Amino acid sequence: MTNALQVSVPEGVPFINFSRELDFPVAAVFQAHRDPELIVQWLGPRGLKMEIDHYDFTTGGSYKYTHTGPDGVPYDFSGIFHTVRENEFAIQTFEFSGYPDVVSIESQTFEDLGDGRTRLTAHAVYPSMEARDGMAASGMEEGLSEGYDRLEELLGTLSEKTPQEAS
Amino acid sequence: MNETRDDVLLDKAFLALADPARRRIIARLSRGPATVNELAEPFAISKQAVSKHIQVLEQAQLVTRTRDAQRRPVHLNPARLEALTAWIDRYRLVREEQFRSLDAVLSQQAARSGPQAKDPS
Repeated sequence: MTNALQVSVPEGVPFINFSRELDFPVAAVFQAHRDPELIVQWLGPRGLKMEIDHYDFTTGGSYKYTHTGPDGVPYDFSGIFHTVRENEFAIQTFEFSGYPDVVSIESQTFEDLGDGRTRLTAHAVYPSMEARDGMAASGMEEGLSEGYDRLEELLGTLSEKTPQEAS
Repeated sequence: MNETRDDVLLDKAFLALADPARRRIIARLSRGPATVNELAEPFAISKQAVSKHIQVLEQAQLVTRTRDAQRRPVHLNPARLEALTAWIDRYRLVREEQFRSLDAVLSQQAARSGPQAKDPS
């Protein structure tokens, strides 16, 4: 029972849309987005150390976290939570230190599908096509310093994945 | 992080494609090779301007020119364009990985708070 990730990168507009269903109740999914202790366990790419400076998932709150690659180079991500409605919706800004002053706006909808399932839908808007392609490409490459091949291999074996680190 | 040759090429390609005239040239070439004359025709720009655009595209390896004496038609380099769209695949992989981690965290949380009976419907 794999929940497929849908990603669409429309032509001619600087958007990225994705959605994914989860076999968990909306409150649990929302909590995993709000609690910094849970955030560190999933938001960072594997193999990168994630450190949260602050993460205040409330309307008007802000966040800043750092991913450190195996080479010791830190990458900062920061932004503001413009609107956060519990178990429903969040809209935030996003800036990657590798592309300073280029800020995307990302909205996320938490949709209760009933029967303990949730659909997450996200819509990211970049200031230009270049920003979208360049930033997404570069941000993703940093995230993948461990290697594309390894990641594919990882995804291949993930079907029977167990929680990576029970604290 | 050291910038690899790939990164440099990728940057060049994105820069090259940032210009609408160059995107139109690429669109035209996707239907088949064309000479500078043929490329200049549909656009209200000079042959010189088209030549310059083609140089930029060549440097980004998005197009190649064959040594066909005078004609020297311009060809699209599909491999390069594919490499450009590879970021989308990477984006998808990273997101997918992230969601699988999220699934794992949620399973852990659910287990911790005891077996929550799903509606046995």
